[in-house]
Amino acid sequence: MKNALLMDFIVDKATHSITVKREFAAQLPLVWDAFTKSEILDQWWAPKPWKARTKTMDFREGGHWLYAMIGPEGEEHWGLTSYRTIQPQERFSGTDGFSDAEGNINPELPQSKWTNNFQDNGDATLVTILITYNDLAQLEATIQMGFKEGLTMAMEGLDEVLATLS
Amino acid sequence: MRRDVFQAIADPTRRAIIALIALQAMTPNALAEHFDTSRQAVSKHIKILTECELVRQEQSGREIYYHFNPTKMKEIDQWLEKFRALWEDRFSQLDNVLLNLKNK
Repeated sequence: MKNALLMDFIVDKATHSITVKREFAAQLPLVWDAFTKSEILDQWWAPKPWKARTKTMDFREGGHWLYAMIGPEGEEHWGLTSYRTIQPQERFSGTDGFSDAEGNINPELPQSKWTNNFQDNGDATLVTILITYNDLAQLEATIQMGFKEGLTMAMEGLDEVLATLS
Repeated sequence: MRRDVFQAIADPTRRAIIALIALQAMTPNALAEHFDTSRQAVSKHIKILTECELVRQEQSGREIYYHFNPTKMKEIDQWLEKFRALWEDRFSQLDNVLLNLKNK
């Protein structure tokens, strides 16, 4: 059976951000560790078939997590997470970017700011991730065009109309 | 310079141009009439939209017509969908990791 835990994915025009909400069937201290300890992060951070491998981790305000995403062909994409604020077992915030193996950020690729919130729901933990992109004019425009609601279908209809006209 | 569809729609004038030519193909003159800005400013936006493949130009007799390319717009939707799928993948892996840790 597929996991029944639902994920909220909200694109917010007013705050130029994406919010991802998800509840996990574990108590808060364990979920906190899973987000903040590299040996656990390595087990889930990379979407299959990629694997994450930590080079260095320094989880403190001003510290960094430098890791590689390793692809099925052995290709490596390096990422650098910088931690800005940490309130233990409540929330932490920072920035994400693509880097080289030495942790030098590539300014050509998108960078994001994020805050991770942890809410104790007894035997479960609600995690809320707020992500803001530097260049979210893009995303704002996306939303203004009404994309989340059905414009794709409208566009497909338009495809057909245009095909008959041309 | 690299152009992509996100850049194309990041500007309000370009969004207005898209909205207009999505309804019907237009000549440069007809399009410019809808804007207070100069012809040059409009044609600069058209150039960017063309480079992003959202607009294509077709000659019809003596006139050039700007046509809208809707398939390109779907890239935005696909981008958001991929982003969402990435988090779903991650979290279902985290479910398994948490389950293992709890059972230790």
